[in-house]
Amino acid sequence: MDLEEAEGKRVLAEAGIAVPPGELCADAEAAAAAAERLGPCAIKAQVPAGKRGKAGGVRLVDNVADARAAAEAILGMEIAGHRVSRVLVEKRADIAQELYVAVLNDVESRAPLILFSATGGMDIEDNPEALIRIPVDIMQGVERKQIFSRVQDDDVSDVLARLYDIYARTDAELVEINPLARLRGGGLLALDCKLTIDDAALYRQPGLAGRGAREKLSALEERGRELGLKYIELPGDIGVLANGAGLTMTTMDVIEHYGGAPANFLEIGGEAYTKATAALELVLANPRVKSLIVNFCGAFARTDVMAEGVVRAWETLQPTLPVFFSVHGTGEEEAVRLIRERLELEPFDRMEDAVRAAVAAAR
Amino acid sequence: MSILIDRNTKVMTQGITGKTGQFHTRMCREYANGKSCFVAGVNPKKPGESYEGIPISATVKEAKERTGATASVIYVPPPFAAAAIDEAVEAGLDLVICITEGIPVRDMIRTRYRMQGKKTLLVGPNCPGVITPDEIKIGIMPGHIHKKGPIGVVSRSGTLTYEAVGQLAELGLGQSSCVGIGGDPVNGLKHIDVLRLFNDDAETEAVIMVGEIGGSDEETAARWVKRNMRKPVVGFIAGVTAPPGKRMGHAGAIISGGRGTAQEKLAVMEECGIRITRNPAEMGRLLKSVLK
Repeated sequence: MDLEEAEGKRVLAEAGIAVPPGELCADAEAAAAAAERLGPCAIKAQVPAGKRGKAGGVRLVDNVADARAAAEAILGMEIAGHRVSRVLVEKRADIAQELYVAVLNDVESRAPLILFSATGGMDIEDNPEALIRIPVDIMQGVERKQIFSRVQDDDVSDVLARLYDIYARTDAELVEINPLARLRGGGLLALDCKLTIDDAALYRQPGLAGRGAREKLSALEERGRELGLKYIELPGDIGVLANGAGLTMTTMDVIEHYGGAPANFLEIGGEAYTKATAALELVLANPRVKSLIVNFCGAFARTDVMAEGVVRAWETLQPTLPVFFSVHGTGEEEAVRLIRERLELEPFDRMEDAVRAAVAAAR
Repeated sequence: MSILIDRNTKVMTQGITGKTGQFHTRMCREYANGKSCFVAGVNPKKPGESYEGIPISATVKEAKERTGATASVIYVPPPFAAAAIDEAVEAGLDLVICITEGIPVRDMIRTRYRMQGKKTLLVGPNCPGVITPDEIKIGIMPGHIHKKGPIGVVSRSGTLTYEAVGQLAELGLGQSSCVGIGGDPVNGLKHIDVLRLFNDDAETEAVIMVGEIGGSDEETAARWVKRNMRKPVVGFIAGVTAPPGKRMGHAGAIISGGRGTAQEKLAVMEECGIRITRNPAEMGRLLKSVLK
């Protein structure tokens, strides 16, 4: 789960990391009023995506009129697929230097990793060699003097130690400040914040669980979420209903291999396998879908239960588009019997053949 | 021969009183030699009770001392699953297979830290388990699709493992062992570890390796294969068509910064002498073509 900048900065401020005074505004008038209170400021699009500056979503303004104009331009803008509905109006800082700091779960070393670079800002990714990496012992945590020995700066060590505490306390996958500004008058100020919480740990982060940025979802994806199904809408015309992330991705791969294009990713693995009825309704609600592949390979998931759900949904909805089944694994015999008897269809022995038929039918 | 488990392995179920633990323990007992393999269960609140004749102990240590079990399978819910692994490692088991999906990454980082210097091998979490056909299955895979033979299977995806096994069966090829290593970013055995075991297993003649987008385990394994593997390996990577940056259900399967894409993995594997296919329906046939 990603937090938007303003939410992330609240977490920073609570941990004692300085952030600029700012106000979250949903319209240009509010932004203008905020600018009047704050003086010269930055108007920043609030979307859970990087590279906002490069996309034109951040503007520096010196007066109220410019603030209003900038907010008008940015609100409603689309950045990385997200519509901007709020801007953060923030008092501008007198910056001497832009730094980069982060703490993340490093999968390669299976340990927390602290990152620091003296050259932060928009082009941080172009300067990987400037990055100082400090691996952390997850049991011991990290001490300020240990960080200091690598970064040679008291203020930065202080911010990094606090950032590590945030990482540890919030089950963050990543907490990043870029840029961390060194001010002309001294001191450090977090000008941005990216905070990503491990979804698997949200159950023990009740204070943060409700503060996540809304993902950009299509209407169908929104419905999928309400149903507790992982549904991603894709631009193709072949509906996909499979169980397990691996099998679903593979079914999509085979569709592309034979020149087709999948209309969705939809996983009904794990406990969700009992939701086959709702899942099929969701796939069929996409008007672009011209044919459907149903690919079940059950172990934990019982193919007979999934097939029953699909058959029931099929009988209720009575869709007219062609559907192709491939069913293997736990409950296979019963699943095949159901499909034969109630839909009068013959499942394919091989997934490949079912996919080829679905691709041909969509043409 | 086989790897990791055989008909003589003695197994305990951690989380034996839950619905999932009970269902799959029953299924595993009904498979091949399962009746004599699954000998113990663990639940701290229900020591002295039993499930279908399997005695339940309060701790892994007690279950081990009482029954001689050296392996465990974990169905404990996510908030408690890492602690269940820790307990099994602390008790000095040889093998822990964790089926549980959705364990927080930080919990797994801690658990991997605690495992340093310990002898216990971990498979998973978020995996289907391990099967040595006609001998023993530990996990949630459908037993009946497997048969004994010379092919090793290692996979990050459960359903794709079954697909590979199904194709092998169609071609009359059985398996020595099949290992689902799971889709989580921080886990136990990696592709490379399982390939090492297959390399040293007299019964295994060739290996199917099924990867997934995200991380760099497949690349690492491929480089090892180039230098060390004495048996043919064929490979497939799921997620060629996955849109960049979209989470497709496995926390590990996230493409980031151009690394870990299916295309890159396939290229490295091919460079290292692994025969690859971009069509998963071809896994079985491709493997047959490389058999001596």
